[in-house]
Amino acid sequence: MEELIAKLKKEVIEQLNLEDISVDDIDPEAPLFGEGLGLDSIDALELIVLLEKNYGIKIEDPKDGKKIFFSIKTMAEYITEHKKA
Amino acid sequence: MDLSVTGYCLISEKKVIVNDQLRFYQENFLNFANFIKSLYKQEEINYPKFYKMDSLSKLGFLASELVFKVSDIKKYREDKIGVVMSNSSSSLDTDIVYQNSINDRSNYFPSPSVFVYTLPNIVIGEICIKSRIKGENAFLISETFDARLICNFVNEMMENNRVQACLCGWVEFLGEKYEGLVMLVEKNEFIDKNSNPIFNPTPFNEQNLNQLLHRN
Repeated sequence: MEELIAKLKKEVIEQLNLEDISVDDIDPEAPLFGEGLGLDSIDALELIVLLEKNYGIKIEDPKDGKKIFFSIKTMAEYITEHKKA
Repeated sequence: MDLSVTGYCLISEKKVIVNDQLRFYQENFLNFANFIKSLYKQEEINYPKFYKMDSLSKLGFLASELVFKVSDIKKYREDKIGVVMSNSSSSLDTDIVYQNSINDRSNYFPSPSVFVYTLPNIVIGEICIKSRIKGENAFLISETFDARLICNFVNEMMENNRVQACLCGWVEFLGEKYEGLVMLVEKNEFIDKNSNPIFNPTPFNEQNLNQLLHRN
């Protein structure tokens, strides 16, 4: 899980062009939206694309997004649970 | 109507000029991305969303920020400041990036954050969001810089009192070729003649606009 969290941090920084933020700045349990990294609605769409592109996971119900993208840790847990073998 | 350019920023050919003064020059120019990022860092503008913008928006946004640094727009109501920008290539540079991301149906991952910049007027949106400008705005397309078109458009907005000040200019970006001229235009009656001892307001007319763009 720790390895996946470290990888996800890098991918999120790259995908969302968070140039002033380093891997160490991201607390895996901190909220990604609102206060945390201050992401917006377009970033949320980019995270959906990231899951599909890098992990082959398609989010069927948009309502699940809030839980899945709460933090890097919740994203990692969702990927571990749903990644195709 | 008596209007004047009270502040301007010109970004072209590795350099940035603000109100006749050289503000930034990059001797070892690599590419536009590096150039504009260096300018952003130098100006210490803390606005992380800058990094998410496309090149056209970065160009227009930074030129506007530099104009605001030498101007006093806070004296105007937010809905009395207009924005009129123009260029030749519209958002074509980003349109191409987006098109390339959807050409291959077997590797089809369109990027939402690229897609939102596939309109030229998004640069106006970025400027207005940051500076809370709510006045009338327009993005005009012309083959080359059309000073008469800009003058007529801004004059009409001012004459009808829809705006009291207007940010206007030319922001062109395509395939690493870039040119940005952003000016603040104000009614002479609102200009504080003692506010800027370095730059004398320039009458807002076709000839002066063409001279500003081709200033070196």
